[in-house]
Amino acid sequence: MRLFTLLLICLLPIEALSRGVYQQPTDFINDVFQNNPPAAKRLWITGERKKISNDILGHPPRSLRVRYWGQDSRTAWILEEIGKEKPITVGIVINKNRVERVKVLIFLESRGWEVRHDFFTEQFKNIGLQSNKELDKSIDGISGATLSVRALKKLSRLALYLHSQTDFAHDAS
Amino acid sequence: MKYPNLLKKSVLLTALTATGLAQAAAPTPTLEELWSVIQAQQKQIEQLKKKAVRTDEKVEATGEMLEQQVANNQSGHGGKGKTSIGGYGELHYNNLENGDGSKDKEIDLHRFVLFFGHEFNERTRFVGELEVEHGGVEADGSPLGGEVEVEQAYVEFDINDEFSAKGGVFLLPVGIINETHEPPTFYGVERNPVENVIIPATWWAGGASVSGNFANGISADFAVHSGLKVPTTGSSAFRIRSGRQKISNADANDLAMTGRVKYTGVPGLELSASLNYQSDITQASGDGADDATLLQAHAIWNRGPFTAKALYASWNIDGDAVKAADGDKQDGYYVEGSYKLTKDFGIFARYNDVDGIRVQDEFEQIDVGFNWWPHEDVVVKVDYVDRENNNDGDRDLDGFNVGIGYQF
Repeated sequence: MRLFTLLLICLLPIEALSRGVYQQPTDFINDVFQNNPPAAKRLWITGERKKISNDILGHPPRSLRVRYWGQDSRTAWILEEIGKEKPITVGIVINKNRVERVKVLIFLESRGWEVRHDFFTEQFKNIGLQSNKELDKSIDGISGATLSVRALKKLSRLALYLHSQTDFAHDAS
Repeated sequence: MKYPNLLKKSVLLTALTATGLAQAAAPTPTLEELWSVIQAQQKQIEQLKKKAVRTDEKVEATGEMLEQQVANNQSGHGGKGKTSIGGYGELHYNNLENGDGSKDKEIDLHRFVLFFGHEFNERTRFVGELEVEHGGVEADGSPLGGEVEVEQAYVEFDINDEFSAKGGVFLLPVGIINETHEPPTFYGVERNPVENVIIPATWWAGGASVSGNFANGISADFAVHSGLKVPTTGSSAFRIRSGRQKISNADANDLAMTGRVKYTGVPGLELSASLNYQSDITQASGDGADDATLLQAHAIWNRGPFTAKALYASWNIDGDAVKAADGDKQDGYYVEGSYKLTKDFGIFARYNDVDGIRVQDEFEQIDVGFNWWPHEDVVVKVDYVDRENNNDGDRDLDGFNVGIGYQF
């Protein structure tokens, strides 16, 4: 009985914080472009792009077009993919056709929380896309977070591919 | 309206060229007539430009609306809105030969599971799992000798960014497969025997728990919940797995508690230790079996295509009767190595050592086989199993298993 009482005390809501929102997408874009972001552009996901996006995600893209921000050889993307039940919102920066940064912005799944931490997302740095649209370096997974890890890998592949479809895909020196 | 002569001449020349020889015979239009034609065309061009702008605006608005609809309907696999549906299942074919020469060949719809989730608000959600095992049930148990079980039915509350709590029926935080056991996530048609005999997976209980996830990759769970009720007589006396009450009018004289600490701060690495304690494992005093403690630890190391797993679990049970039955210590371990030859195909080998209380639960077993994932959520499995019983050669077995599983 004492144990139950102790646990019930623990269960009392401490504070109603907004769980799972680690950075607002607009703040992420401001960070990436030092508070001076370029105007957002839109890339339509139609035709061949739709087919390849479908292959990468394993399902049809949920949007007809994707918003992105581009400057010089960099583009920034805000993408979403469902892990097990809830969408995971990820900010991805591509620079010179390689991943510069991956950051989990919103994570609402009840499991697989490890993917939001730097010790996991650091693995994506400087990763590129092979001609078969696979990442050119393996990502070590997290046991019990298979679906969240899979979602982040897919979104990184998608961002790299979509970057290649923009005017910013040149390998500027 | 005045125009430069040069422009007028250019227009005239262009118009004459465009009309071609076929019209050469027709009366030549005057300069004024040509100019009025051009003005009419210019007006049409302006109208078309405006129309194109309006069309762009409509397309933009349609895109915005569709994106909004997608956002509103976004949910889990098969789900819509705030309620999601998922599931998994597996069909097994076993072709085994026992040490006494008898054969066990069967096809079994081992599991058919449906998940239901509902989000009440951003901080409160329900998780439910309904499982039908071995094809279903009938009142007299024949021909359907399976089970229908509610393995999860809890409400989870987010307390803050790091802590959450849940109450209801939930899976205990013990071992590797107890919480994550969808067929595409593990090797082998049948689950490993250590997490069957020693850790009675799937092991669920009714109660309450708190969990914390921290930025350094450490997580902790603590639960107070319904305990086991291990029988003290019969062929399954002091058998841990037979003590699961499955929350069916479960005896709650002696609650249990479970704690776990897990570290996943390095990609590919998981280190975990769990402890389960119950002050009386039979829910009754004076029967020669009293308090019981389960200690469990495991490690998982994944590097590229290679994964290694090792798990150890041990029960210590106090009491004269359980000691006399040689059931006061029941333990087991396994080590498993696997290698993904391609993205869709992996091989594995596993060594298991199990020391339960029944004669058939004391053995060493080797499993080797492969998984093929035709889709990331679908798996076909084949494995060979070789079991050597520690005390009774008739209970040895060897043979192969084939299975197909899915999750969504």
